Amino acid sequence: MKQFAIILISAVLLNNYVLSRFLGICPFLGVSKKLDSAFGMSVAVTFVMALATAATWPIYTYILVPNGLSYLQTIAFILIIAALVQFIEIALKKYIPSLHAALGIYLPLITTNCAVLGVTILNLDEGYNFAESMVNAVGSGLGFMLAMVLFSGVRSRVDASKTIPKAYQGIPITLTAAAICSVSFMGFSGIVDGLFH
Amino acid sequence: MLLPVVIVGGIGLVCSVILVIAAKVMAMPADELFDAIRAELPGANCGACGYAGCDDYAKAVAHSGAKTNLCIPGGAGTAAAVSAAMGVVAEEVKPQYAVVHCSGNCNATEDSMDYQGKQTCAASKMFYNGKGSCQFGCLGFGDCLNVCQYGAIAIVNGIAVVDKSVCVGCGMCSKVCPNHLISIIPATNTIYVGCSSKDKGAVTRKVCKNGCIGCKKCEKACEQGAITVTDNVASIDPEKCINCGKCVAGCPTGAIVTCESRCESIPVSA
Repeated sequence: MKQFAIILISAVLLNNYVLSRFLGICPFLGVSKKLDSAFGMSVAVTFVMALATAATWPIYTYILVPNGLSYLQTIAFILIIAALVQFIEIALKKYIPSLHAALGIYLPLITTNCAVLGVTILNLDEGYNFAESMVNAVGSGLGFMLAMVLFSGVRSRVDASKTIPKAYQGIPITLTAAAICSVSFMGFSGIVDGLFH
Repeated sequence: MLLPVVIVGGIGLVCSVILVIAAKVMAMPADELFDAIRAELPGANCGACGYAGCDDYAKAVAHSGAKTNLCIPGGAGTAAAVSAAMGVVAEEVKPQYAVVHCSGNCNATEDSMDYQGKQTCAASKMFYNGKGSCQFGCLGFGDCLNVCQYGAIAIVNGIAVVDKSVCVGCGMCSKVCPNHLISIIPATNTIYVGCSSKDKGAVTRKVCKNGCIGCKKCEKACEQGAITVTDNVASIDPEKCINCGKCVAGCPTGAIVTCESRCESIPVSA
């Protein structure tokens, strides 16, 4: 149990995909304007991260590794994730229309999201087994959600401000705010050691 | 050498076969009713119907039983076409247009400050209730003009004026005006109150020559009982008004206006 807790906490706080690993920056800047769309996007990302890990881990372990093809993991994973997201969209549209209405517009964005690819590859780099990989995938998704939700709050405050110089409005102030958020997450370094060792 | 090609190609092939099967098995029937209705709507996405856009309205008509005559820009023609697509009898669409309840132009009132901030009505309103000496009046930065998709609004001599012949009555301007000066009235009504000042008569008179002072002369002049004065400002019930013009003649400050007199002030180029 302890190892799962360590993986979960490091995925959410310590190695936060957006703010520490700098993956998935595109949706982080693009979809974080409003709280509800930021939340919807994060739920979709979490969902796809878990399913992508469930699909890629067995393929890597049982097909690529025995044949000595682990160097093909990137291209094979991109293929699988893209097909998986398309499949999820078709299936949701048919069987769970309400979930499709909520996540539908975000799913095509996730097809080429580097955070999802990052989770699947880093799981293998860390040498996690299947259960640990799944915990890490869900934790990474939750970390993504935490960053998105926090940043949408920051952003709505920044956008409401009337005192930003014209040259600094829009993307420049957003990137600066993101950098400060990222620095604040550096404060979590050492939390796993402190809690569990 | 061949193995990597076979394996990656095989993964791709399996994925594509699964996707093709999924697309066939889980195919959703195309929504013909929605497409037919959406094709009849103007596509301006103005929101006058009360839905998020033409797509949303078409969906509501097709599946949630929304009324077929809510598209105001499309008017009777669109209502008939949408009703035909739905197979129901069309209800009449009442044409409407926007009127601005302020006559405080540059000749009638003055600014109370030299406002240098962001040049929008919303920003000006936040700063001590706007730049005008009348806090209820038109701010004149044209937030309504910017939101109008039909080019029906012009800022003439410091106040917003609606061109009745162009306005479709979608109500976008009325939502955006920070002083809530714009209302949507039926196209058959030509007379409206050109003031929204809730100040007492003496105060209104001091800041604006054209303001309603709440004297109630119009209330007495109106034989239809269409006018009531509440909070020191007259209001006309468009249901009862017959456009006789007795209130216009009786108003000592000229606060009750006709849309014809107002439209004449719009330059032809606008």
